[in-house]
Amino acid sequence: MLHLIVKYMWWIVAVLLLSACATPQPPLRGTGDLGVVIERATGQVQVIETSGRKSLAQVSGLGDLSHASVVFSRDGRYAYVFGRDGGLTKVDLLTATIAGRVVQAGNSIGGAVSQDGRLVVAQNYEPGGIKAFDADTLELVADVPADYGAEGKRSKVVGLADLPGNRFIYSLFDANEIRVTDLSDPKSPKTERYPAGKQPYDALVTPDGRYYIAGLFGEDGLSMLDLWQPGQGVRTILPGYGRGEQALPVYKMPHLRGWAVAAGRVYLPAIGRHEVLVVELGSWKEVARIPVKSQPVFVMARPDGREVWVNFAFPDNGWMQVIDTFTNRLVDSFQPGRAILHLEFTPKGEAVWISARDDNKVAIYDTRSRQKIAELPAASPSGIFFTSRAFRTGF
Amino acid sequence: MSSGVFRTIFQASVALAAAMPACAQQATPQPERMRELVHLVRQDCGSCHGLTLQGGLGPALTAAALRDKPQDSLVATILGGRPGTPMPPFHGIVAEDEAAWIVERLQEGFPADSGAAR
Repeated sequence: MLHLIVKYMWWIVAVLLLSACATPQPPLRGTGDLGVVIERATGQVQVIETSGRKSLAQVSGLGDLSHASVVFSRDGRYAYVFGRDGGLTKVDLLTATIAGRVVQAGNSIGGAVSQDGRLVVAQNYEPGGIKAFDADTLELVADVPADYGAEGKRSKVVGLADLPGNRFIYSLFDANEIRVTDLSDPKSPKTERYPAGKQPYDALVTPDGRYYIAGLFGEDGLSMLDLWQPGQGVRTILPGYGRGEQALPVYKMPHLRGWAVAAGRVYLPAIGRHEVLVVELGSWKEVARIPVKSQPVFVMARPDGREVWVNFAFPDNGWMQVIDTFTNRLVDSFQPGRAILHLEFTPKGEAVWISARDDNKVAIYDTRSRQKIAELPAASPSGIFFTSRAFRTGF
Repeated sequence: MSSGVFRTIFQASVALAAAMPACAQQATPQPERMRELVHLVRQDCGSCHGLTLQGGLGPALTAAALRDKPQDSLVATILGGRPGTPMPPFHGIVAEDEAAWIVERLQEGFPADSGAAR
């Protein structure tokens, strides 16, 4: 027996050494094809990979994700997840672990990353304002309240976007204002104020960082600020688009981002009308209004701009429609599942991931054939965010 | 003429009774419909009021926030919306007795969502 052990000792040592080395070392990989899916009811995110169309891991402990929004670090490794409860969680996509978390407000809605990648900024409803954090440590570096009026009231902040020069632009829902805060020196933020239209609910900045467009709940029209000529102030575009007609009920507020820009035009959801409004970029002339199924929520161009995909508010949230931007006509209507909350195109747009909350799945469609090519289970999925957002101004 | 007056009074009292379902003997929704209503409030009202109903663009709908509010005005808000704010009317989506049932559940602390209807 002993001689057998001695004889095979080197093998035993080798096996022991190998098993010691086998503690999981994640293989080296990039993050350009990674992303996260919010599982809103359970406070979790799935880390997903668009190349393999698969889920890699689940990360829990992110709090109330009912209106969760995500931005990415400029190296594409970390997802900053903003929860409704004011939680800001930094998720490491490579290790699928929480790299940092702060509860920074009572009620938050999203955020943005500065041009140089060093600041992550949250937009808050309660207390109303923006807060800037060190992107590495999540240490608070600036707190800019959205105060207005003589009594020092604070407004809910919507439509936050990053601008060149470590500036941030946002809108005040309660104060009918657009503000630009320069955080190039976070210790002394400088804020400029621009009177805007009534009840801005969300906003976008064009991919070049030039135009900021705020959607308005309180009036027919949108507020536009040309950031190359800010002295001209806010101008109303598409004024009176409702033509004085009774507005239809809006069961979910639309969301605006730079994905609205396609083929030299801007595709915008009307409020209280079942239409997508098309306006020429720069001249702001109305080009078309396209009748759609219901109140549009996300009106999102495929990355090449040839198509715009639209989802809808409750109770028509089982539908998606596709607009051809060459003809400005609807070319498809289909039902990918129950309660379609969000969609996200892969970086070059060959596929789109669509969350179907009430079917507990994410459906992946080929954008040329518009056929479903895969499905992933997900618990009550809402937002889907890919790391390609890290490199886009306004995302 | 007088029958017209009686009809008006009758219609007014019917409308009044409908507007105060908390006082009336209201119908309780069937279990599957209750599940749908809970899901609707948590998920779709939740897009403005939050999944936990702690508020968002819309105000908080927690028991603490609503306990002292009159039930009939809350029912009227659900059915008719609040003009000038983003609160839309849910008339046609929930019935009056369902709105009253939702208000009662909100005021005592709203139940957890057990998913969409099957």
